[in-house]
Amino acid sequence: MMRLPKFTYVRAKSVREAVRVMADAGPDASFVAGGTDLYPNMKRRQQTPKTVIGLSGVRELRRIAGKPETGLVIGAGATLTEVCEHSKVRKGHPALAKAVSLISTPILRNMGTIGGNVLLDTRCNYYDQNYEWRKGIHFCMKKDGDVCWVAPSSSRCWAVQSSDAVPVLCAIGARVALASQSGEREIAAVDLFRDDGIDYLTKRPDELLTEIRLPATNGWRATYWKLRRRGSFDFPVLSVAARLWFDGATVKDAKIILGAVGSSPLDAHESARLLIGKPLTEDTIRAAADAAYKPAKPLDNTDFAYAFRKEMAKQYVARALRDLA
Amino acid sequence: MKTKAKGRARARFEKVHMRLRVNGEDVEVAFAPHKTLLEVLREDLGLTGTKHGCELGECGTCAVLVDGKPILSCLALPLDLEGKEISTVEGMADGPRLHPLQEAFADLGAAQCGYCTPGFLLTAKALLDAKKKPTRDEIKDALAGNLCRCTGYVKIFEAVELAAKRMREAAPSKAKGASNGR
Repeated sequence: MMRLPKFTYVRAKSVREAVRVMADAGPDASFVAGGTDLYPNMKRRQQTPKTVIGLSGVRELRRIAGKPETGLVIGAGATLTEVCEHSKVRKGHPALAKAVSLISTPILRNMGTIGGNVLLDTRCNYYDQNYEWRKGIHFCMKKDGDVCWVAPSSSRCWAVQSSDAVPVLCAIGARVALASQSGEREIAAVDLFRDDGIDYLTKRPDELLTEIRLPATNGWRATYWKLRRRGSFDFPVLSVAARLWFDGATVKDAKIILGAVGSSPLDAHESARLLIGKPLTEDTIRAAADAAYKPAKPLDNTDFAYAFRKEMAKQYVARALRDLA
Repeated sequence: MKTKAKGRARARFEKVHMRLRVNGEDVEVAFAPHKTLLEVLREDLGLTGTKHGCELGECGTCAVLVDGKPILSCLALPLDLEGKEISTVEGMADGPRLHPLQEAFADLGAAQCGYCTPGFLLTAKALLDAKKKPTRDEIKDALAGNLCRCTGYVKIFEAVELAAKRMREAAPSKAKGASNGR
């Protein structure tokens, strides 16, 4: 039986209290909202915080406010079910609603939060294993070891960014609010991530993700595609979020983000560039899709053969763009 | 929630003493604060109907209802559930009368080894409490988080449909008190 390691649990009532307790507790503390990412990791001893600061009682973190036309604000503590079933999210941001509805299972979505999915720990076949399994391979660089078993000669960790919400939030240009004792700062969602499997966030450990601020829905369209083995449960092993602005039939601007094929969300710049100024025809879609082959950098550390995932990056970009045609 | 030692820092590895509301009854229970709801239900409250599965939130066999919604008890802390209504499989029957879902599962043989059954029953109950006549696709979606390794899904879907039908017939939609929670 896998039990949680011992920890002190503090149930915060407000953002202010949560960040104060975090500042007092220091680096051995961790925030927890839904617990669907942290607790399995703690059971596998991937993370062993001495203090866990519970956020499920912080009401201000759960609100979904504003209008899609002027900018919807989603509290980081809103559950995935609350987000994907919310009428304004479904109507104003169908791509985000779709991505969130594809996360894991309905039961898990009743617990997991949007903030937790955004900050989801990077994943890897050599890391997401129980303690004994990891000990059997002398651990890996991400936790307790020195070597990256996916690329043993590499000096970095290649664990995979596996959030469904992140590619969409980056593609549509969402922003996130981070609170700490020194105040609040707002950054672009895309700037929250760093291309490193271990140090994958630019958020400081003492900062609490409080809000996800969506841009006004002024004429652009977005969509999301996800590759996984089973139709529920599984994390993405490739995902594509695309957002296009049109000027009549011509693509005015484009953003295509690849997920789960790197340690951070990857911007397929070249694919986007090939679309701008052109109509969205099967030819332009094909050209943009082919250009997504190069930036996709899957390694052999998730489900499916990595060459297949790289090949499918082309197919999924094409499918996403056909959605928007 | 009361801790035996005053102040949070000193309460670290001691038991917490709190009141939970389980199957309509208030129960007082003392447990180590890092125990999950699954562990407290089984080990401290003797409610072993809720099963241990993967313990990592992947299989759904530990599902219980909190305020009517299915959650994974292996990933929930009782400390977060003060004042919430927790329902386990033990609370489904009304005295000697089985819940229509339990009856339908038995009638149609919707269980092989039965280990996943409590989770399926509760998740299906949450669905039928919200929707009197779900379609097959809605049932599949709602139960997508429950794994059956004997792979008897079709009988499970049929049993949920049969239970829904029997519940509709027993409580005509416009009758008063049709939603008595059972």
